[in-house]
Amino acid sequence: MTDTNELIRLTAAALAEKLAAGEVTSVEVTQAYLDRIAAVDGGERGVNAFLHVNAEEALAVAAEVDALRAAGGAEAEALHVLAGVPIAVKDLIVTVGQPTTAGSKILEGWYSPYDATVVERLRAAKMPILGKTNLDEFAMGSSTEHSAYGPTRNPWDLDRIPGGSGGGSAAAVAAFEAPLALGTDTGGSIRQPGAVTGTVGVKPTYGSVSRYGAIAMASSLDQIGPVSRTVLDSALLHQVIGGHDSRDSTSLPDPLADLVAAAKTGNVEGLRIGIIKELHGEGYQAGVENRFNDALELLKEAGAEIVEVSCPNFQYALGAYYLIMPSEASSNLAKFDGVRYGLRVLPEEGPMTIERVMGATRAAGFGDEVKRRIILGTYALSAGYYDAYYGSAQKVRTLVQRDFDAAFTVADVLISPTAPTTAFRLGEKLDDPLAMYLNDVATIPANLAGVPGLSLPGGLADEDGLPVGIQLLAPAREDARLYRVGAVLESLLEAKWGGPLLAQAPALGELVEAKEAK
Amino acid sequence: MNPDAILSFEEAMEKYDPVLGFEVHVELNTKTKMFSSAPNVFGDEPNTNVNEVDLGMPGVLPVVNKAAIESSIKIGLALNCKIAESCRFARKNYFYPDTPKNFQTSQYDEPIAYDGYLDIELSDGTVFRVEIERAHMEEDAGKLTHMGGATGRIQGADFSLVDYNRAGVPLVEIVTKPIEGAGSRAPELAKAYVAAVREIVKNLGVSDAKMERGNVRCDANVSLRPHGRERFGIRSETKNVNSLRAVEHAVRYEIQRHAAVLDSGEPVIQETRHWHEDTRTTTSGRAKSDADDYRYFPEPDLVPVVPSREWVEELRATLPEPPAARRKRLQADWGYSDLEFRDVVNAGVMDEIEETIAAGASASVARKWWMGEIVGRAKNADVDPGQLGVQPATIVELARMVEEGKINNKMASEVLDGVLAGEGSPAEIVEKRGLAVVSDDGPLLEAIDAALAAQPDVADKIRGGKVQAIGAIVGGVMKATRGQADAGRVRELILEKLGVTA
Repeated sequence: MTDTNELIRLTAAALAEKLAAGEVTSVEVTQAYLDRIAAVDGGERGVNAFLHVNAEEALAVAAEVDALRAAGGAEAEALHVLAGVPIAVKDLIVTVGQPTTAGSKILEGWYSPYDATVVERLRAAKMPILGKTNLDEFAMGSSTEHSAYGPTRNPWDLDRIPGGSGGGSAAAVAAFEAPLALGTDTGGSIRQPGAVTGTVGVKPTYGSVSRYGAIAMASSLDQIGPVSRTVLDSALLHQVIGGHDSRDSTSLPDPLADLVAAAKTGNVEGLRIGIIKELHGEGYQAGVENRFNDALELLKEAGAEIVEVSCPNFQYALGAYYLIMPSEASSNLAKFDGVRYGLRVLPEEGPMTIERVMGATRAAGFGDEVKRRIILGTYALSAGYYDAYYGSAQKVRTLVQRDFDAAFTVADVLISPTAPTTAFRLGEKLDDPLAMYLNDVATIPANLAGVPGLSLPGGLADEDGLPVGIQLLAPAREDARLYRVGAVLESLLEAKWGGPLLAQAPALGELVEAKEAK
Repeated sequence: MNPDAILSFEEAMEKYDPVLGFEVHVELNTKTKMFSSAPNVFGDEPNTNVNEVDLGMPGVLPVVNKAAIESSIKIGLALNCKIAESCRFARKNYFYPDTPKNFQTSQYDEPIAYDGYLDIELSDGTVFRVEIERAHMEEDAGKLTHMGGATGRIQGADFSLVDYNRAGVPLVEIVTKPIEGAGSRAPELAKAYVAAVREIVKNLGVSDAKMERGNVRCDANVSLRPHGRERFGIRSETKNVNSLRAVEHAVRYEIQRHAAVLDSGEPVIQETRHWHEDTRTTTSGRAKSDADDYRYFPEPDLVPVVPSREWVEELRATLPEPPAARRKRLQADWGYSDLEFRDVVNAGVMDEIEETIAAGASASVARKWWMGEIVGRAKNADVDPGQLGVQPATIVELARMVEEGKINNKMASEVLDGVLAGEGSPAEIVEKRGLAVVSDDGPLLEAIDAALAAQPDVADKIRGGKVQAIGAIVGGVMKATRGQADAGRVRELILEKLGVTA
């Protein structure tokens, strides 16, 4: 038996190999992660990555996989490569048997009667689900501070944010509480947390992973994707969850190219990699810019051709995003009214009309950021304002798509820092929504255009020693390119660092205890 | 002014010119709902035909029902519409507990069918063309039942029950352009238009088309303008007028009400009105104003519907004969006069006559039986003629017996009563009741002699050439034979006896 401390640090791919070889059981692996969660997640100064821990069911699935493996034969042979490898699921994705809150009081205690398509696929692959991870309420935020259940802390520095909205999934993976996790990315909610926690996160091509069962924030932008510690691990998970789903009308009919093969056969020789002029430089932290330049240097040495591209309309992307996203969200969140499920609050006084019950429920159930976006979106869609706001934003969206189209005629893959800064301090931007929104300036264009993006660790910023993320972008349906380039850059960087970046992260167990002792 | 004041219809027509507009909602009879795989079935236990999509559970997504699109295209084609090459759904946002998502998914500015027309034949044969603005797809809402309170409305109710079985049932909403120039025929046109739409969707087989079940629902818009003025007046929209008669009455009432309002010098309020079948009046519903902002935007969870031209043409080729064309054809085939045919149509027995003819009866025999015998019985029983359950074969058999002289018309009518009472087949009833035309001339001649003796003056008239007076003698003979004589033969024998040639 492997030391559990080592076990939880193994990549998903390595775990899968050990499981297949019988060197370790899924129950051992799953238990090791559950122990880790128990050790670092709870308490005053815990990471708070998990909103719900699903120990019993996870161990049962693990035991089932172990039994199948032990029995051998066709059923053991038929096991998915990730069978027995545990995973955490963002609490925006519905699961039978576990509560789904979306990080909101309005869904506290709600159990979904159905599984999201991606969850069905995890179950089909027999991956034990460790639990549900924390997020900004309804995925609205860039810091996970807008969760109704308290913020998640960044494992690199517990006083800092883990990014958002998927801070829970990124922190869980970074803190070795899970080898893999699912996230959702509407404007950067997978990639930006990946960047600030030193993990890998991928927003797949819009439509390549079913959204059925992901509680919608902005339907035309949302996409479920993998969170992991390595590029190959994300490719493995992406392949489990991807593919057509007849329950999602926006699901692409044809499968993507082999992503795992792309991650395994990484090669950038002769590849044209485009630096987006508008997505670095001014407004980006010096340490971020430095690590970005290092990455370019390494890619050049590996044989890539670095070109510069201009995407002039990206300067309007953030503005367009903050009209389209709240518009769709205002409608998507209308269903939370206390009539059929979730929280119901009765007005304290006055007549008990349906309007007043809905109003009291929504007033009590939604947090400030959610209300802010509902109000914004309701306004943007109002008669007389629609053309000026929602209509104009849709035009910008088309222009952003054209910028990408033009850029991809001269570059095979685009590159930028994932976020303009490293992780900021908890509370630092809570009272300044605009500053918070700016965190997503580099990730939003991909959502507007539906193209895939991957963030991987680029090293630590000189000034604060915190992780920096490098973002790769590819044309729609060319997700394989991200894995191909990402795997190369990852291996060059790890060679330079002498191991994975997360090996440089503080020893969390001690850190949690030390902080608590203070 | 008194809000209930109305002018007489005639007075209203003297001063004003009505403009109508209709929104007819047609519930499609697809197996499953518009955006979910839950069954589309009427009348089941509440909240049984629902799944997570219909309940608007977190995370669900809609998927368009292809059969509903097919039905919608058929309706569009039958209404002579153009079919969009690409069209999208939109979200109509409003909070109401019968709408599980708090928005209705509906087509908004991109209907699947647009720019059509329907030629409506009025009772006197006048054809009036109604222009169709659009036919678009949408989903139905759930059904609320308000408990407690006096009105059955949500205001004043103690609580409300909601049944989501109907939520997500596919609807096609057919919207007319403003209908001008109907004048005093407006109420009749209103009824005829809705009847024509109902007939079309029934004929297409895309809807059960039962108004009493809400399969076809009509919102009627009415406005008035003084004669000679081009600009439309302010309209009212009377909601859910759910029978053909009610459509006619509601339009008539609203014309009378508007006229009274305009006469008083006050403006008509743009509002929805509720129709009350018991009093045949409308009452004020909700004021329509700019405050109604549904914040429409394209439904991002659905991709555009793009019906290929090939598919549209395939569907066009499968369309059944339009009802109006069919009527024209049948009238010509059957050789009925315009009046005869209109009576048949108005009596609602056209299909039955067609089936009876197909079973072997002649067109005149079929008409005689249905119009002369069955319609009257249906009226007495207060049911549709088709609901009496008379089989075409029964009529053919009765007609044959009469023709062969086995029974006469009077007996045949009696036999029909027996059939309807469930006593058996016509032959069995004739047997059981001992009905048979007396064909032996002996007893007849005796009866004729008696009848002639009883009415010598009539006998003289006939002898004098007034053959039409023969009825009295024939009647006497029939009475004496308790109707069992063959009236034709009786007539022959009388004439023979009196030495008169007819």
